[in-house]
Amino acid sequence: MASLVGSRVERKEDKRFLTGKGRYTADINLANQTYAIFVRSPHARASIKKLNIDKALKSSGVVSILTGKEIADDKIGGLIAGWAIRSEDGTEMKCPGNPPLAKDNVNFVGDPVAVVIAESLAEAKEAAEKVEVDYKVLKAVTSTADAMNGDTIHEGIDKNLCFDWLLGDRQKVKEAFDKADKVISIDIINNRLIPNAMEPRACVADYNAASEEITLYTTSQNPHLSRLIMSAFGNVAPEHKLRVVAPDVGGGFGSKINVYNEDIVCSWAAKKINRAIKWVAERSESFLTDIHGRDHVTHAELAVTKDGKFLGFKNETIANLGAYARVFGTVTPTYLFGPCATGVYEIPAAYTNVKAVYTNTAPVDAYRGAGRPEATYTIERLVEKASMELGIDKTELRIKNFPTAFPFKQTLVHTVDSGDYVAGMEKAKQMADYKGFDARRKESEAKGKLRGIGVTSYFEACGIAPSAAVMSLGCGVGLWESAEVRFNPTGQVTVYTGSHSHGQSHQTTFAQIAADELGVPIENIDIVHGDTDKGTFGMGTYGSRSLAVGGIAIVNACKKIVEKGKRVTAKMLEANPEDVEFKDGEFIVSKSNKKKTIGEVAFACYLPGVRDEMKSPLPEGDEPGLKETSFYDPSNFSFPAGTHIAEVEIDPETGHVKLEKYTACDDFGRIINPMVVEGQVHGGLAQGIGQALYENAEYDETGQLMTGSYMDYTMPRADNFPEFNIGYTCTHATTNPLGVKGCGEAGAIAAPPTVMNAVIDALGGQEVTMPATAEKVWKACKNLKKSNAKAA
Amino acid sequence: MFKSYWVKILIKGEIMGKISLEVNGRKVEKEASDNTLLSTFLREHLQLTGTHIGCDTSQCGACVVHVDGNSLKSCTALAADVNGSKVTTIEGLETNGKMHPMQEAFKKLHGLQCGFCTPGMVMSAVDLLQKNKKPSDTEIRDWLEGNICRCTGYQNIVSAVKEAATKM
Ligand code: FES
Ligand code: FES
Repeated sequence: MASLVGSRVERKEDKRFLTGKGRYTADINLANQTYAIFVRSPHARASIKKLNIDKALKSSGVVSILTGKEIADDKIGGLIAGWAIRSEDGTEMKCPGNPPLAKDNVNFVGDPVAVVIAESLAEAKEAAEKVEVDYKVLKAVTSTADAMNGDTIHEGIDKNLCFDWLLGDRQKVKEAFDKADKVISIDIINNRLIPNAMEPRACVADYNAASEEITLYTTSQNPHLSRLIMSAFGNVAPEHKLRVVAPDVGGGFGSKINVYNEDIVCSWAAKKINRAIKWVAERSESFLTDIHGRDHVTHAELAVTKDGKFLGFKNETIANLGAYARVFGTVTPTYLFGPCATGVYEIPAAYTNVKAVYTNTAPVDAYRGAGRPEATYTIERLVEKASMELGIDKTELRIKNFPTAFPFKQTLVHTVDSGDYVAGMEKAKQMADYKGFDARRKESEAKGKLRGIGVTSYFEACGIAPSAAVMSLGCGVGLWESAEVRFNPTGQVTVYTGSHSHGQSHQTTFAQIAADELGVPIENIDIVHGDTDKGTFGMGTYGSRSLAVGGIAIVNACKKIVEKGKRVTAKMLEANPEDVEFKDGEFIVSKSNKKKTIGEVAFACYLPGVRDEMKSPLPEGDEPGLKETSFYDPSNFSFPAGTHIAEVEIDPETGHVKLEKYTACDDFGRIINPMVVEGQVHGGLAQGIGQALYENAEYDETGQLMTGSYMDYTMPRADNFPEFNIGYTCTHATTNPLGVKGCGEAGAIAAPPTVMNAVIDALGGQEVTMPATAEKVWKACKNLKKSNAKAA
Repeated sequence: MFKSYWVKILIKGEIMGKISLEVNGRKVEKEASDNTLLSTFLREHLQLTGTHIGCDTSQCGACVVHVDGNSLKSCTALAADVNGSKVTTIEGLETNGKMHPMQEAFKKLHGLQCGFCTPGMVMSAVDLLQKNKKPSDTEIRDWLEGNICRCTGYQNIVSAVKEAATKM
């Protein structure tokens, strides 16, 4: 049987999506359901003086109106930060309460204060208009850089500072800088982004009074984790009385990791009114209340020798958490950021210091890449600047500082098991025709255009994550993954995974893995996920962990099935289990060459006993049935890496940046389905290029979101991109049996510095901030003209 | 008086009317308030949930359907406006259980990931090929400018449209 792992298997999920049979949360309608509309704060910061629902209650069709008071009375808990971070001085981070419905204070535009539940959506909307809230408007804090000087947002949290965290050794860094020939320094803004999964968030909550069970259908990347949080912290219902279903989910990119206010409120309220409640976000609500991403202000320095050896690195960052600290809010700018800050280089001394601040803006949390794009942007902009200042070719300078041997003990935390950064660089240069760039630049110049080339070499730590490691770093849970493999008596297989697909193709790639492990045709394998009632607990999908953690759990469960199969075969064929081999779906006794198919063995496992020909196939001590579970806890993170090269052409008359070429050469370890990996790379690149050239979330000083619709927030469109040129090098991960590393975030991590390095190269080294819009670039072009004129 | 009439129709939707359409080859007739968007009519009144709603400013294209053969963002039209028309949604693209060449091409070339933009994307692309049998890459990208996809980076969508063009 040909191996499926490694081949372009078409996706099993596609037919339903292509024929309109997908079942997303907003497509679900339950009998007798009601509709919820949330009343939200129009102010960024205010105290609630009075909230009057009398008029609204009289509005037609209203079933119930609930506010922060009822939720507090019922002791429903608030939203939480999933990681406890300690400051450099040893103190614990400071987190404000974040009730699902605000009672006393609102802290960002969109913070919900009440929910109106009515018989129809139109009636809910109309009644929501009639809820009267009397706010005392307070001065908002909106700037990341100045947040520590603003008014105190949350009582008792001085300087709006959640934590002041350090990773690394300041003294060693100082010594390294003292020895340096040159110090390159840079000030960077990592622009704030809005994830914008195309499916707006939604939930449908239902209560079964007979079983006293709440069922929540929700747009989540991790239904089990959501249930845990809603139960343990939200106090909504005990876990066995709460079922969370994340059916087809239309993209997540991190924004659907969090349990949101609406999930908790609708679940709680459904029980209260004993009816189903449906809520679907309008896109403008998504803009205001989905978690946002990035938003760092950084000063970084690199100490170098004159021949380009890196000696030391420092990174001082202010990270905006928004109004509240959410699930991955505090780990994103710390352990997902700091350890990767030194990039793919051997740097003897380094530190990263992060001050995480609260502002009156939407909560900031993990968005595709989470911390690693910010880290990579800083070091790769800095290295590019160093190459300009030292006059050393940008690729040579990088190679000079690459590790030469693996495992590579990276400066701050990670031990990178495998990789070959030089090979990746060489291949990328070849793919991009790096040598031919000068000629292309001259051609552009002849047309009156500016041309630039930018390079990024990155690595990232994903496949999160070893529980022992993350829990010692403050994570509130272990980040293992589970799988259950069930053989039906008649030979088909159902695989339950705790990870979740919202575009990642689990139904196909996971089935490929199981098909190879078990020798069962892929058509006979179903992957089930997304429902806490189906399968064991699992941690969900983020941090490029589905395959590197969830996939391995499937492999391990399959291996257990095969082990049992060998014992059963031995009993059936009167052989020693040690003499039974398994290959391509058959158990073969090596001495006699007698065999049983895995289907026969499965059938036998379900029909133990003696009758006619049938002898009990079950060896002593083995129970009937054929079903195995695995909880896989990885021994290390996985470390994809690569080199990307971009070329841009700028029209100095208009400032328009045209991305001419984009080359990505990545090392994802072993590839299960090249077609799917390609798709993941393309999508990541589009988001990364979007950050560099188009996207930006902006608040004004009063805390109003200025980019709250697709008219103001520039989403990348089909005509914004060239055809991507992608390729791979492949060093297998040594820390998991499949040798896989993870590919979901690479594009979003590598693309922003790659594109910006190219833009800044074209602009003769002038810094521009992301996104490099025509206006900013046009101004820089004018400056360039002026300084060129002066020089001449 | 004139103003209150519009308030009634557009804001409150108090005036009910009969909407008659031919949807995916089937005649349908339903009562709906006059402010019902075509997208809402399809999803809520006919339970054709393949047509998706991705925005509230008519900019994402997730809701594209064909009305009398031409692609239209169904969130930009009132159901009453298209009364009497023939509407095709993503559910109506198969013939005798066989996927349309565009659907086949999207599957073959991985033109979709989460599937949310997909119905609108496919319906737009089918209309493009009705109007331009052999579009260039640039023409495809320009045509699809009104459809946002957050997952695929568009490249495989462009390839799928080209592939479908060879089959139609
Ligand atoms: S829902 Fe119609 S364009 Fe977005
Ligand atoms: S496939 Fe997810 S938005 Fe296009």
